[in-house]
Order: sequence, then C-alpha cells, then structure tokens
Amino acid sequence: MTNHWTDIKNADVVLIMGGNAAEAHPCGFKWVTEAKHHNKAKLVVVDPRFTRSAAMSDYYAPIRVGTDIAFLGGIINYLLANDKIQHEYVKAYTNASFVVNASYKCEDGIFCGYDEAKRKYDNKDWAYELDKDGFAVVDETMQHERCVMQIIKRHYSRYTPEMVETICGTPKAAFLKVCEMIATTSRPDRVMTIMYALGWTQHSQGSQMIRTGAMVQLLLGNIGLAGGGMNALRGHSNIQGLTDLGLLSNLLPGYMTLPGQSEQKIEDYLAKRALKPLRPNQMSYWQNYPKFFVSFQKAWWGKAATAENQWAYDYLPKLDKGYDVLQAFEMMHQGKINGYLCQGFNPVASFPNKAKIVGALSKLKFLVIIDPLATETSEFWQNFGPYNDVKPEEIQTEVLRLPSTCFAEEDGSLTNSGRWLQWHWKGAEPPGEAKADPEIMAEIFTRVRALYQKDQGAFPDPIVNLTWPYRNPKFPSPEELAMEFSGKALADVTDPKDPTKVLAKAGEQVAGFAQLRDDGSTSCGCWIYSGSWTQAGNQMARRDNADPFGIGQTLNWAWAWPANRRILYNRASADPAGKPWNAKRKLVAWTGEKWAGSDIPDMRPDAKPEEGVGPFIMTAEGVAKLFVPSGMVDGPLPEHYEPFESPLATNPLNPKNAKAFANPAARVFKGDMEQFGKPDKFPYAATTYRLTEHFHYWTKHVHDNAVAQPQQFVEIGEELAAAKGIRNGDKVRVTSNRGKIETVAVVTKRIRTITCDGKKVFQVGIPIHWGFKGVAQRGYIANTLTPFVGDANTQTPEFKAFTVNIEKA
Amino acid sequence: MGLQTLDLKQRSATTTPSPQAKSNVTEVAKLIDVSKCIGCKACQVACSEWNDLKEEIGFNHGTYDNPRDLTENSWTVMRFSEVEMKEGEEARLEWLIRKDGCMHCADPGCLKACPAPGAIVQYANGIVDFNQESCIGCGNCITGCPFNVPRISQKDSKAYKCSLCSDRVSVGLEPACVKTCPTGAISFGSKEDMTDLAEERVVDLVERGYKTAGLYDPKGVGGTHVMYVLKHADQPMLYAGLPADPSVAFSVELWKGGLKPLALLGMGAAMLGGLLHYLKVGPNDADAEEKEKEAS
Repeated sequence: MTNHWTDIKNADVVLIMGGNAAEAHPCGFKWVTEAKHHNKAKLVVVDPRFTRSAAMSDYYAPIRVGTDIAFLGGIINYLLANDKIQHEYVKAYTNASFVVNASYKCEDGIFCGYDEAKRKYDNKDWAYELDKDGFAVVDETMQHERCVMQIIKRHYSRYTPEMVETICGTPKAAFLKVCEMIATTSRPDRVMTIMYALGWTQHSQGSQMIRTGAMVQLLLGNIGLAGGGMNALRGHSNIQGLTDLGLLSNLLPGYMTLPGQSEQKIEDYLAKRALKPLRPNQMSYWQNYPKFFVSFQKAWWGKAATAENQWAYDYLPKLDKGYDVLQAFEMMHQGKINGYLCQGFNPVASFPNKAKIVGALSKLKFLVIIDPLATETSEFWQNFGPYNDVKPEEIQTEVLRLPSTCFAEEDGSLTNSGRWLQWHWKGAEPPGEAKADPEIMAEIFTRVRALYQKDQGAFPDPIVNLTWPYRNPKFPSPEELAMEFSGKALADVTDPKDPTKVLAKAGEQVAGFAQLRDDGSTSCGCWIYSGSWTQAGNQMARRDNADPFGIGQTLNWAWAWPANRRILYNRASADPAGKPWNAKRKLVAWTGEKWAGSDIPDMRPDAKPEEGVGPFIMTAEGVAKLFVPSGMVDGPLPEHYEPFESPLATNPLNPKNAKAFANPAARVFKGDMEQFGKPDKFPYAATTYRLTEHFHYWTKHVHDNAVAQPQQFVEIGEELAAAKGIRNGDKVRVTSNRGKIETVAVVTKRIRTITCDGKKVFQVGIPIHWGFKGVAQRGYIANTLTPFVGDANTQTPEFKAFTVNIEKA
Repeated sequence: MGLQTLDLKQRSATTTPSPQAKSNVTEVAKLIDVSKCIGCKACQVACSEWNDLKEEIGFNHGTYDNPRDLTENSWTVMRFSEVEMKEGEEARLEWLIRKDGCMHCADPGCLKACPAPGAIVQYANGIVDFNQESCIGCGNCITGCPFNVPRISQKDSKAYKCSLCSDRVSVGLEPACVKTCPTGAISFGSKEDMTDLAEERVVDLVERGYKTAGLYDPKGVGGTHVMYVLKHADQPMLYAGLPADPSVAFSVELWKGGLKPLALLGMGAAMLGGLLHYLKVGPNDADAEEKEKEAS
C-alpha cells in the first residue's frame, strides 16, 4: 500500500477492482464501512462476479476476467477526453511534460524493439530525449507531440467506451457511470482510494494492470494524499514482510536486486542502481544504493566483507535468468533440480497445473517440508483416490517432514499491507516436536557450514564466512534478527556536516537509514527496516494509538517503513507551493522553514518549495511516471492483451495482429503453450478466488472454518446452468486442457452473462481452499485446472483468467 | 440457573411475581446493520467458540448458507438471498445477507408458551434465556416463536437458542458475535442508544437512494432486543423470509390467557399418568434405546 488500512476511512470514493476486500480482507474492509458511514464515501466495485464487496457497494459493474487494462485504459481516455484531470498535479508531479525519443512507437499493439523469437523487448527506444547536460527535455505546456501527455492521449484514444464494452463486456452505460463517479475526485479536495489484490496481480499482464490503476490515480491527483493511493491488499499475513526482506529469487532485502551475469564488477552493479537525477535538483534517493548495499554485505559477512574484496561482492550469485517458482518447477520437471526445501509453502495446492507440479516433485531425490500442517505437498506421493490419483510405488522421492510453529506460537514482527511492522508475542507453546523456523534453519545451516569447513568444496567462503553472531547459534532469537535488520554502527558514525558530532557510537543501533554509510562503518540487514529497533528499543512494539489529527495517523502505534512514514509520496498532498490540497486532510505542509504535519515528510525536510524538488523521491525524474522508459519488460505503457486462454479467438483491440493476442513479452515454457485451451473445446472464461470463510489451504484443517464452508463448489450463472441442464446443488465436472475437477454447482444471479465482441461469454467461478488433507470434505485441487504461465514482469501465475468447459457430472 | 447476577423480569410457567424493587436496569439491544454485513460468518464461529458448541461439518447444497439452518449447536446462521430490485427500467441485483438468530422479543412467545417453570426467563435488561436444566423438551417454545428460532437437541431433548451471551453481558461485556464482527455491522448497547444509531444509519441509506430503509423492531412482539437496519424495511420478507409483522400466535395467547387453568389441569393429568406408568412399569430404559440405535 502507498497508504494504510486506517487511512481508507478518509476516502471520498473507494474503487475495489482486482480484489474483493469484503471477502478476502474482512477486517480491513471495516475501513470502507467507516468511510461510507462517517465520510459519505461511495463504494464502486468492478468484478467479473457480484461479490461480497459488490453487495456492500453503491455501484457495481461487471467485467470479463483478464480485461482490466481495457477498462482502466477506457477510464484514462474518459478522463483526458472530458478534461477530468487534476491539472496542476499532473503537470508538476508526473512525467506528462517529458519528451520521449523520436524513435518510440507502438503499432498494432506491439511496442518498438520487439524480438519475436526471444519474446523480449529492447527498451532503448522508449527513452526520454535528453539535453546536453543529460537531463530529460520537458515541455511545460504539454503540447509537444512527443511529450508523454500527448503520447498517452493518442495511445488511449483507442480505448473508447464502445471498445471497453466490446472487450470487457461491461455495458457502456455502466462503464460511463463508473467513470463519472471516479472523475468526481479530479477535484483537488476530493480523493479516491483504489483497493486491489491478486485479481490484478495474477495475470500474464498483472503488473501492467496495476500500473494502469496507478496512472488513473495520478491523472486524478490521488497519490500521496490521505484517503488516496494505490493500495495492494496483501494476501497472507506477512507476505509484505517476505517481499520486504527479499525472499523473491531475484531480490535482496529492501528491494535491492541480485546482480546479473553481466555485472561481474561491483562498479557496474552499483552504477546501474544508484540512479543519477534526470532533472535538476531531484533527490533520486536510490543514489544512496551503495550505502544500503555495503551495509547489507556487512550484515551478512561482517569482517569478511572489506573494501579490498569489494565488500564480498563475489559471494553473491550472478543470475543468468530468473529463478522464480515457475522456473524452479520447470527445471524440476526437466530433472535439473533434484532436491527441494519447501518451507511454509504448499505448491501442489498453490501452484498452477497440479499434474505438472506433482510430476516435478515425483522426479526429486529428496523433498524437505517445513510446515505446521500436513500439507498436500507433503503427501503428494499418496493415492487419495480421484483427488490425487498417483501410484506411490512409482515415486522414489524421499520426503522429510519437519513440523514448524505457526505465528501464534512465536514472538516476532508481522508487516501488514500498510507497511506497519507490528511486534507480537507468543500466545501458546508449539505442540509436540514443532520447532520455530529460525531454529530449523540454524540447525541446517550450522551442519552445512561444518561440512564446508571440513571438506571445503569449490567455493566455501560465502558459507564459512557468514556472520552468525547469535547467543545461541542453534536458535537465533527474533529480537537478535530484528536488531540485525534495523542495523548498527560498527565504528563511530559522524555527521557529514560536522565530523566532531557523533551520530551513533560503535556498537549502537542506528537511528535510521540516513545514518548508513558505504565505507563499512555500518551494518544493516534490510535498509527499509532501519529504525525499527533503535537505541531507544523496539519501535515495532509501540502501542500508543493516539490520533492527534483525527485522520488515523497514529505515528506511535508500531512502526512503518520507511522511517515510520505512514503515507508514501506525502509531499504530493500539498500543492507545489507547499499548501495542502485539502486542509481537512493535511499530511505535510511547508511551514516557511521546513516540512511538517501529521506524517513523516517524504521529502528533504528543508527543501524549499521553490527549489522544485519533486515528491517522488525514489525516481530519477523526481516525478511519477505515466510513461515508463525502463523497468517494465512488456512496454512503457499498459496495453490490453487477452489472457493466454481466452473465450475470444482474437484480441478485439488489435484483431489483425496475432502477435498482440496475449502478452508478447510473457515467458512461456516449451510444452505449456501447447497446453493452452482453445475456445472451441473450452468456451467458458474461468477464474479462481478465495472465500471469506477460509484462509488459503490452511483453514480446511480447522473444524469451525470447515463448518462455515464445508465443501468445494463452483459458481455459474443461471443462463449457462439452464443451457447445460445444471440445477443448484448438482454435481458438475469442470475441465481445462490440464485436468478436471468434480464438484457441486452453485447456480447464481451473481454471475451474469456478458457479451464480448458480439459473442455471449459465460464465466465460471472456482473457489480454491479444498484438497485431500484436513477436516473439511475432500475436494479436488482447484489448480488442477490453471495454466502454467506468469506475469511478464513478476512471473506471478495467471490464476485469474483461463478457460474451461463444464458439464453435469 | 446459571446467571444469578442478572435480575429477572419474568419466568415461564410461574405464578409468583418476579422481584421488582430494583427499577434502574437499562434495557439492552443488539443492532445488526445489514448494510454493513458481509456475511463472513465470523459471528457464527465466535458464537460456537464462546458457547462451546460443535456443529457437524456438512455439505454444500448450492448456497453459501452453512450450516444450512439453526440447530442446537448453531445459534446464529447467515442467510443469503439474491434479490433483483426494480429500478426504473432496470433490475438492480442485491445480495442480501441476514444474520439470523433469536430476536429476544420484549413479549416473548416462547416464554409464554413454555409449560416448564423457569425453563425460559426474561431478564430485566430484556434478554430472553433458556435454562436447559428446567427444560422438558416439549417444543412449545418453537410453536410460540414467531421467528422459528429454538431447536430441540436430538441428544438431550432440550431446547437451545442464542442467549445474547447473557453470561458476558452480566459482567459488562458485549456478546461474542458483536466483539468479533470485523466490519462493525453488529453493535451492542442500551436499546435507546441502538435506536439512535439505527436512525443515523437510516439517514445515510436514504441519502444513498434506499428510500425505504428503516429499523426493524416489530411492535407485534413488543419490540425486540435484537434489531436490524434494513435497506428495504418495507419488505422484510426479502431477507430470507424475515416476517413483516410477527406476533405471538393466537393459540399461545390463548394458552397464556383463558385456557391456561384447563391446560394446567391437562398437564397435571399427564404427569399423573406418567407417575402411574412409572409405578407400574418402572423407569424407561434409556440404555436399551441406545443399544438399539447402535445395532441399527
């Protein structure tokens, strides 16, 4: 989230799209009911199904699965065509005025620089035009034909209300009604929040869907304001913490990235990441990357990381390609990975194309499961009748199950969607032989280290030199780990302006990332968490919910990254002169001497407004990017592509260009392309989702949750049901090109027939949650049906749009 | 009788008057704002956890309603209704979700109908509570209830229903469902405060275009201590058959009124019959019945 849960109560309009907050985030949804009750907010829901959120809405519009970019692109077109943008904000705080190279173009849905054989773009022609000083050329009037404003006007002029209806199946009147409600927030004193979740993330063009939402918010001037923002509702407790700490395969903690193969030298690695400002006077905060990176290397390798060995840069692996979960299972399936440590993860249930996942696990030599529950993955080799029809005698994988604790059985911090690190305390002792994850990992690590110390090997240094300073080497405590993430001074850290002034003495915790240095005098495990545990103690354990400004800015409750800032880009909540757009929802303002208000300013505190320092301090431009010259692999602007499995034969936006049917830059493995179903055999658009009664595949192990939703089902509309002779409660068989499930049909008015490209489209809703383990009624794994392809940028699987057939069983 | 701390207002099948000296007891109410309820069933789970109830794991029958109905182990259930409301030319779909359970009537039909002394009580704060140790399992409370709420357990032949967590309320806590509701759809307080809150919510709903929004506090049962804010207060039946104008059945009123002495006479005769049966045959062999069940 750019904002936080409590802040949603400040919204005037709430758009829930690409998510179903009432269903999947019932506790957070409270803030929507608060906004409605106490702020007269209007709730708009756009979803393929009339969801629990829709039931709470002031207006609902249906949409076909996987077509959100068309819908949002249509909104952009509406806002521009009807002059419903926040002009001053767009001009000062976005790159609308930036001029793009003459070589940039987009034709028939394909951007320049495309290599069809590699399914990859070369983005060199998406760059800005630069002046002689290396700064981007801008046209303040935004009239230059190659400035971003004009480019997006042209690009989205194709996304007419009629085109939206054709692609999305949303009736034109309903689409326009949504546009009108949203457009009311282009006024500086009105604001909209967007709440989205995996309904946007889990598509082959998921990252671009989210970007389109952000573009709408930028045009309306809704980013950085209380009650505004782009708010990703995280789907697991502490999945925010997972990404913050760099558990994705290409990341290091704090959104630093692993080097690529071409970056063998630290200078090359740092130069690419410490972005030089693209406009005068901009902070371009990533210029501090070397400080965060060196401090991180010191946290991992301590004394072994020296200036002489480039802070142990050689210890880091250099990626030849991404090693995301899809890639890992592909390699496992090919027999190239033969051992797998599976910690807190249930891929048999949670990953697409169950047959392929089980096939891959069957080729392993060993599989280690670290989990509090007896997951499907831990018993993938057992025959559970039709639900898991395998032959155990043919599977040689040795499975080792290490029971771990669950969150309530340990101390530690959880990071919520709003970036708050909240410390929690153990509520119960773990059962039986269950051990905490750090204890299990420490046991494995110390034994592996002993082997390397004894037998050496090709390159033992990164393992044998790893810092392991914990009081009990077999069980690092949550407190020790938290202090390590926050960081400490290794030598006295002095004020750069006054070297006689010591900011942090050697051995002390640093106050925040501003005290980190790139000379090896500080260590910090995760720079964005720096300041969460200071000399004053554990900031995450604070529990003062005083709200002095009455807008939910409880700065003394827990601790938020970065720097306890609650709303990112909050400098943009004030106009260029430093006066809040809305005095009632003031976040920060220029006092004449400094920035101050109800939040920690996201700005250099003494940056005078006339210096023109932009509010988006992490970008080299200082402003937000409507057009993205680099950073997205599938284009500088979002463009609608069909899901890889679509009920339509062509992409109505670019019907003649087969290359632009589905995301041209998405990675597809050999064999998986052939497994995509075609509309003749699999005519119905399908999507998977959660129900509020359950949490993922966990709570089917819990009696009371199983009572509340005991058995698997699928949802279909009345028209499709009538055509197929399916009555409510009948048993049905749902098939995709990868497998089948048999389950109960819920026939509902809440899924209506829509018309896309002149064709009736029926949608099938498939809740996840059931499987062959637990106390709920046994069911098929929903991901038996889903395709093995991910988002071009993140490789998040396309769980939210595929095709099926359905028959009465 | 588990709850001596709450003052009684009335007791079933009891002719002696309840204590009346204390007059400063505030009437309580639970307000369920249906316009804020997402049907998450957290209240169902909280209810079973607090009251030590364990429902069976059922099946899906083509709806989100689970458990499908109130039982002796499910004192509250969510009822989902898909309704198409006419809006000019167009039909607007609504998914109405109502938390069903005991309404705690001011004029409780169950209590009136109950022949077992003290099996049903009404506290001075308005809560209507069942005392299973006094219940004879006759089922008259079901006949007496205009909302079809009480359920007789197969296990012990006693009637069960929501107690409005009278044990929690007696020590100044809100009912478990109120405590757990994530969206603020359920509130608890004095009946007066809840009526005021409902008014505020109705104003908001009317502004949003629900012209017939209103409070459900039906007069036919003297008002209730569980009330709903409804978007369509003119058509309560839309909400899974919530009665438009509930009242205590005529037969129950009759029983409570003129026919009661006669009925008591009948009861007395039945008890006498029972006694004679016992003297002649001896106690019923419950174990034998159990064995028969197991054998089948």
